Amino acid sequence: MSWGEGIASRFKPGDKVHVAARFPAQGHIRTPFYVRGKTGIVERICGQYRNPEELAVGRYGGAARVLYRVRFPQTHVWPDYRGNPKDTVEIEIFEHWLEPAK
Amino acid sequence: MSDTPHRMHHDMGGQPAGPVSLAEHEIEPWEKRIEAIMRCLQLRGTPVVTVDELRRGIEELPPKLYDTLTYYERWIASLTNILVEKGVLDRAEIERRMAALKAARGKVAP
Repeated sequence: MSWGEGIASRFKPGDKVHVAARFPAQGHIRTPFYVRGKTGIVERICGQYRNPEELAVGRYGGAARVLYRVRFPQTHVWPDYRGNPKDTVEIEIFEHWLEPAK
Repeated sequence: MSDTPHRMHHDMGGQPAGPVSLAEHEIEPWEKRIEAIMRCLQLRGTPVVTVDELRRGIEELPPKLYDTLTYYERWIASLTNILVEKGVLDRAEIERRMAALKAARGKVAP
């Protein structure tokens, strides 16, 4: 059984997704600043976990949310990237930070 | 108003920085103790402090403090603030205890 099998997820591996361009001034956000507003491809579904944003403020009873590993071209994330143009970076991002990309 | 999106201080991936020190160092006994205390606080069925709360407390430290504290000093600062916030510890009590320890420094325990 592969990861993500049997999980009701909004996205599936291969889907193009857009990371929300949200920039809160506080809270525990696990989506790095540098991928917000960027577009990537779902590489895999990592499972379902409680939301760290809620756990960080003592709310332990929230529902589990789907966590994805999303792959981005380095040249997209860093416009001045000088490495191999085929290089990618993979970030684990919760579903509520992702939108379908056109 | 600036159009630059807000970046929290700790979220510094890709920001200009100097060389990263890869030097190894011994873990001090007090650092191990902090690690152990954090493990104990997490280990309950209903945790006293989650790792996410520890992280939030670290991320809430003022940028200057964040930059000057060492790794486990950040843990101490965060854990103290979170435990005071939850009413587990009392700040005045911590200060009294710190003052007593400081006064006893160098003296042989009775």
